[in-house]
Amino acid sequence: MTSPRTFFLLLLALLVGCFGFAAGLLPRFAAYESRRHQSNDFFKLLLGDSTKMFANSFFVKADEYYHSGYYPTIFDNNSNFKTPHVAEDTGAVTSHNQGGEDTSFMGEPRDWLDAFGRHFIPNRHTHLDEGGAADDLSGSDNVREILPWLKLSARLDPDNVTTYTVTAFWLRNRMHKDKEAEQVLREGLRNNPQSCELLFELGRLYSESYHDAGRARNVWELGVRYWFQLPAEEQKEDRLILEQLTTNLGQLEETAGNLPQALNWLQAAQKSSLTPGTLQKRIDAVKAKMAEQSSQLVVPKSLY
Amino acid sequence: MRNIFAVAGIVIKELYRRKDFYVLFILTVLVCLIMASVNIFNDKHIVRYLKELCLLLIWVSSLVIAITTTARQIPAEREQRTLLPLLAKPLTRTQLIFGKFLGCWLACGLVLICFYIFFGALAASRDHAWPLLNYFQAAFLHWIALGVVVALALLGSLVFAAPSSNSTICFVIVATILTLGRYLDAVALAQPEPFRSLIYAVYYAVPHLEIPFEMRNLIVHDWPLIAWNFVALDALYLLAYAAAFLVAACLVFRRKPVN
Repeated sequence: MTSPRTFFLLLLALLVGCFGFAAGLLPRFAAYESRRHQSNDFFKLLLGDSTKMFANSFFVKADEYYHSGYYPTIFDNNSNFKTPHVAEDTGAVTSHNQGGEDTSFMGEPRDWLDAFGRHFIPNRHTHLDEGGAADDLSGSDNVREILPWLKLSARLDPDNVTTYTVTAFWLRNRMHKDKEAEQVLREGLRNNPQSCELLFELGRLYSESYHDAGRARNVWELGVRYWFQLPAEEQKEDRLILEQLTTNLGQLEETAGNLPQALNWLQAAQKSSLTPGTLQKRIDAVKAKMAEQSSQLVVPKSLY
Repeated sequence: MRNIFAVAGIVIKELYRRKDFYVLFILTVLVCLIMASVNIFNDKHIVRYLKELCLLLIWVSSLVIAITTTARQIPAEREQRTLLPLLAKPLTRTQLIFGKFLGCWLACGLVLICFYIFFGALAASRDHAWPLLNYFQAAFLHWIALGVVVALALLGSLVFAAPSSNSTICFVIVATILTLGRYLDAVALAQPEPFRSLIYAVYYAVPHLEIPFEMRNLIVHDWPLIAWNFVALDALYLLAYAAAFLVAACLVFRRKPVN
């Protein structure tokens, strides 16, 4: 017969085992809880890092809507759609498309069924902001149809700056929704506080939509400051944004009449530009203006 | 013909009594209304994402209704032992098959009318336009495509033992055609012989249901009307497949024991 002492010892062993197991689990559980609280976002919690993949798909979906459904699949030649046109047309990204916006990704029909099927799918290259499928230029505000996908894409991948800049561009330029564009950019800045692209777009909004040169100047100058804080490799890749920031600052100062300041910014832009020749003409124009101003200065004659 | 319509009438009445359609319709309406309530940059005219979602749900729902309703027709008659008394009446096996087909197809047509009215209302609430002819073309070709699916499921119900296996196989076949059917020739071109010929044979043999399915893009993005002769040609093309499946079903059923 088993003695009560054995039962007691077994119970004790079980308790020790339970305590050890609980002690082992506690740190893991605490780490899991803190991770869970960090990602309050439902999508992030559900999909993890794959959200970026979905975000990219939705961005491409926005481009598909921009073309009114005329879009290559994985079976088609997509060399002209490597950079989404919806982003390319904003000027915010460098194009990797071969042959511009060629329309012939479908090629010649492969057989009679393929030729017949093409009557039932979008078969013409159009852009929503240029009238879309109906070729109706008065309906260019139909570009609004891309917005749900861009919004979803931004929600899924808040670190992707391009999504915010593209959304803000279309909201501001075609939909004339300046307030909403500003909200988008501010949300982007909350998620990417030192983004030069977002600051550039925000500056454009202040300058072109609100005509507030002071705030535009502040935002662009902050963008230039952040650009110089970037690592050397990133600076090499992002030279376009520095050129855009400095060129716009030069233009702003020129309009405000601060010609020496404008000259400084344009010369800075020339250093980072891929086409310095074009900027040289503007620099020469500013210099000519400065010379004209100085020649117009009348030195008063002394009275005595 | 009277016998065929009598059988078809019973099938349609069965659809009223079953809850499949009501559940799927309410689900479609709910999902669309929830999506419509999302505020996108305070713009109340954004509609294409809703149209795409609604049309996709309509296609899925109609396929579910078509396949599940058709797949259980003959097996249910056999299980309830009503097949033999039915055939004892002045009703041939061919008439029974045609009646079942017609009933399921007309039932799908009724379902589509409800769905497309809802779709039109949803689109008009934001778009303020009624491109009725475009909707008619889409709904008509959708209905013809469902005719092929119904005929296929009816043939399957005579070949496969259980309605569940028949439904699953039909769903897999239809989903494969809808997603890959258009690109099979492109896939074939990249293959060496004899796979190329094999895939090409499949490409030409299968009914290209994806043609009306992909027409959704034209409706969603407000493309102009398709030329009516192409619509008629596509309808004839699909009806030929439906007829072929029906004839095959009649041939199989002729040799099938009813008990």
